[in-house]
Parts: sequence; structure tokens; C-alpha cells
Amino acid sequence: MKTYFTSTIFRKTIASLSGVFLVLFLLGHLLGNLQLFISGEAGQKQFNEYAFFMTTNPVVKILSLVTYTSIILHIALTFYLTIQSKNARPVKYAVSSGTSNSSWASNNMAVLGTFLLIFLVIHLKSFWYEMHFGSVEMDLWGNKDLHSVTVTAFHELWYVLIYLVSMIALGFHLKHGLESAFQTLGVRTRKYSSAITNLTTGLVLLIPIIFASIPIFIYIKNI
Amino acid sequence: MENLNLKLKIWRQSSPNDKGAFVSYDVSGLNTHMSFLEMLDVLNEKLVVTGDDPVAFDHDCREGICGMCSMVINGKPHGPQKGTTTCQLHMRHFKDGDTVTIEPWRAKPFPVLKDLIVDRSSFDRIIQSGGYISVNTGSAPDGNSLPISKEIAEDAFDAAACIGCGACVAACKNASASLFVSAKVSQLSLLPQGQPEREERVKNMVSKMDEEGFGHCTNTGACEAECPKEISLEYIRKLNWEYHRSNIKG
Ligand code: HEM
Ligand code: SF4
Ligand code: FES
Repeated sequence: MKTYFTSTIFRKTIASLSGVFLVLFLLGHLLGNLQLFISGEAGQKQFNEYAFFMTTNPVVKILSLVTYTSIILHIALTFYLTIQSKNARPVKYAVSSGTSNSSWASNNMAVLGTFLLIFLVIHLKSFWYEMHFGSVEMDLWGNKDLHSVTVTAFHELWYVLIYLVSMIALGFHLKHGLESAFQTLGVRTRKYSSAITNLTTGLVLLIPIIFASIPIFIYIKNI
Repeated sequence: MENLNLKLKIWRQSSPNDKGAFVSYDVSGLNTHMSFLEMLDVLNEKLVVTGDDPVAFDHDCREGICGMCSMVINGKPHGPQKGTTTCQLHMRHFKDGDTVTIEPWRAKPFPVLKDLIVDRSSFDRIIQSGGYISVNTGSAPDGNSLPISKEIAEDAFDAAACIGCGACVAACKNASASLFVSAKVSQLSLLPQGQPEREERVKNMVSKMDEEGFGHCTNTGACEAECPKEISLEYIRKLNWEYHRSNIKG
């Protein structure tokens, strides 16, 4: 049993389960954020009430603990495995086969992931940190006005651009990541292989595009 | 074309501890019907005549079944042709004047012995760790006494096509041996003869694979693309499943 928990297959499986949980989190997060498309005071009121609910509801609190754990596990395990596998080839090839036998995304998961980590720090500092520890003003209805914090942030072009580039990175990370997770978890049988490819392609296009459309919408509305 | 001239850049390393470096050679007057190994034979004959050390490379059957002829040709294990070993690769796939770079397999568990020859005994140790199957010696059982469905028989047979060449490790950015191990594990776990030691076998082979220092699988698919026997990624999926199943069963 000891070798089971320290095996590359076990660790990779946990990395992939945590990755899949993060995708589920992203879907939920995306649905909630759609409320940013509601304009005027109604939108402000609804979004701030939602933000209040998300920071106080006990079920959501448990889910957010699972999310934090998943992020930490995912980064720690993928980081560890990536370093371990780098050491398995101490002398590099003079000629690389590049993308002739494998996709670009699959060869750059660690770079894409590191990019996502940088984005995560920026994103959490702007909203999560402000909401929990910053000094956010109250709205007319007595809730913390996260809506104004968000809208103001996306009035800056450079800030919108960071989000756009990050969503492209997310798309590539998930393109390989999701399909790979199905394979790691042993469910990508020949029978389901093409269905899984279709499902992941759909998700991988929809998640980043809808996420990216929010800052674009807010930015355009302001000019 | 009958008359092919190539510029070769070959990794030369006199011993495991030598630093090694690429050396360039010109070979001319090659026949396009030659195999890649015959092309190297031509070079070596020339080197012997001039009193130089011939290029050391592994080979045995020269008919695509032993898995010895390991070398990375222009970044690809066993060269550019899909589903083909180096010994079965013909020179017609190269153009006159091409520069061809030839390197040994690169992986920590495959240390270079000399030039293009690497030590693949780590694969042997993985096979050994798999142990035996409980089949009594003596006369062979009657073929019809062990019913096996056609799909399972074919699945096991496809896995058994693996020749243990190590191209999967050479191609993988993580130097992972997952495709090789998955083929060897599946071949027996699918068949009735492999059942008595089914759980122990996969557990031992995976620990051995990790212990030898091969990397982990990130499902890039490079192994499947470069495998001369076109072993499918499906076996890696099976391996993951088989490994969890065996550990959970205890
Ligand atoms: C939005 C957040 C993220 C999601 C939804 C996500 C999702 C995934 C998924 C599903 C996989 C595939 C697992 C498998 O192949 O079985 C994966 C792999 C990977 N992720 Fe992430 N990830 C995220 C963030 C990150 C971050 C922040 C990093 C690094 C700092 C990272 C680094 C990696 C690496 C290196 C791999 C490849 C690991 C391997 O194949 O062994 N990811 N990710
Ligand atoms: S799986 Fe393919 S590439 Fe790997 S050792 Fe077997 S035959 Fe060679
Ligand atoms: S020499 Fe036997 S497979 Fe090439």
C-alpha cells in the first residue's frame, strides 16, 4: 500500500481528480458570474447579494475549502511530477520532435499552469482578498459592493487584456488537461473516446469564451 | 534514385563515462533500396578502412521483430516512417543532400554504453518483477480447452506485439515507460493464464518502473505515435485502471 500512495500513477490520479474538481468549480463560478451581464442597479443589487451568500453560506464554505485544497494539491502534485519527469531525461535531444507526434498544449502544461497560477494570484488579490480582507464599501442595500469593485477593475484596458490572455492559456490547459484526465481516470475507453473528445472540445471553447466575454462586456459598456 | 549522398551527424561516445559529442560524416553513393542500418554499415566499412572506430549501434534480427535497433533519427525514434523499426526503414525516405542527425535513446534508466547503444536492462528488470504465471510445465494443453472470446484474444495479441524496443520512452517528454509496461501488463491480465498473479504482477511492475527512474505519463500520445508496433494508448488507460483495482483489492 505504501508504494501505491507514492506511485506516479496514484499521484497523477489525484492531480487529475483535483483538476476535474477545478473544472466543476469553474462551471459554477461561470454561472454565478453571468449575473454581471445584468445592468443597472438591479444587477448591482443582485450580484452583491449573491457575493454575500457565497461568502457566508455554510455549504458554499465547505465547497470553497475543497476548492482551496484542490488548487494546492493540483499545483503541488503536478509540480512534483513534472520535476521528477524532467530528471528522467538528464541529457536532452539535439533535434526535438516538437509537435509532430503530440499536441502543443500537451507539451506545455507546466508553462500554461504557471501562467494560470500568476493569473490566479492577480485575480484573487483583486476580488477575493478585497472581499475578505480589504475595505469594500457598502451598497445601498447594506451589502459589500463587490459589483463596483469588479466593474471599476474592468474599466482598465490592461486589466482586461490580462484576463483575455489568461483565458486563452486556460483553454489550452484544459484542452489537454480534460482529455488527459479522462484517460488517467481510466474512463476514456475506445467506445467513449470520440464522445469525450467532443465534450472536452465543447467545454474548452465555452468556458474561456464566456469568462472572457464578461470583462469585454464591462469594458465596452464604459467607453 | 540510385545514388544518394547524405551528411550524417552522429553521437559518438566512447564509454558510459565519456562526455560524448556529435561528429559529422559524409556518405555518398548510397542505394535507396538500402535499409537505414545498411547505410550505417556502409559508413562503418569506410571508417574501418581509414582506421577509425566504427559507429556502435544495436541490431540483431534486422526484420523488425527483436527491438534492438534503437536510435533517434532527426528527432524521431526509429526515424520518420510510422510503424517501422530502424532496420525496416528504407533510404528512399531520405532526399539527396539531407542532413541526418542520429542520437541514442535519451533517458536516465537507459544509460549510453557506447555511441548509439544504450543499456536497456531496466526493461528486463521490469519484466522480471512481473514474475511467473502459474502454468504447469509438460505437454501443451489442448487449444480448445481454454475458451477466450475473439475480442479479448485480439486485444491481448495486440498488446503482445510490443517488442520492448524502448522507442516509447525515447519519444516521451517525460521518458515514461507507461506504454511498454501497459502492453506487458495487459497481455497477461486479459488472458485466463494471467489471472492467478494478476494483482501482484501489476503492482510489482509499476513499482519497478517508478524505481528505475522512468517519468510519469502525461498522456501526450507521443509514444503511441512513435511505437513501431503501434501499441495503443488504450493499454495505458487499462494499466491505470488495473493498478488501482489491484491495490484496492489488496
Ligand atoms: C483553473 C485552474 C486549473 C484547472 C481547471 C486545471 C485542470 C487540469 C486538469 C484537468 C489536468 C489534467 C490532469 C490529468 O492529465 O490527468 C491538469 C494538468 C496539469 N495542470 Fe492544471 N489546472 C488548473 C490550474 C493549474 C495551475 C495553477 C497549475 C500550475 C501551477 C497547473 C499545472 C498543471 C500541470 C503541470 C498539469 C500536467 C500534469 C500532468 O499531466 O501530470 N494547473 N490541469
Ligand atoms: S510499446 Fe512500442 S515503443 Fe514501447 S517498447 Fe513496446 S514496441 Fe517499443
Ligand atoms: S534489428 Fe531487430 S527490430 Fe530492428
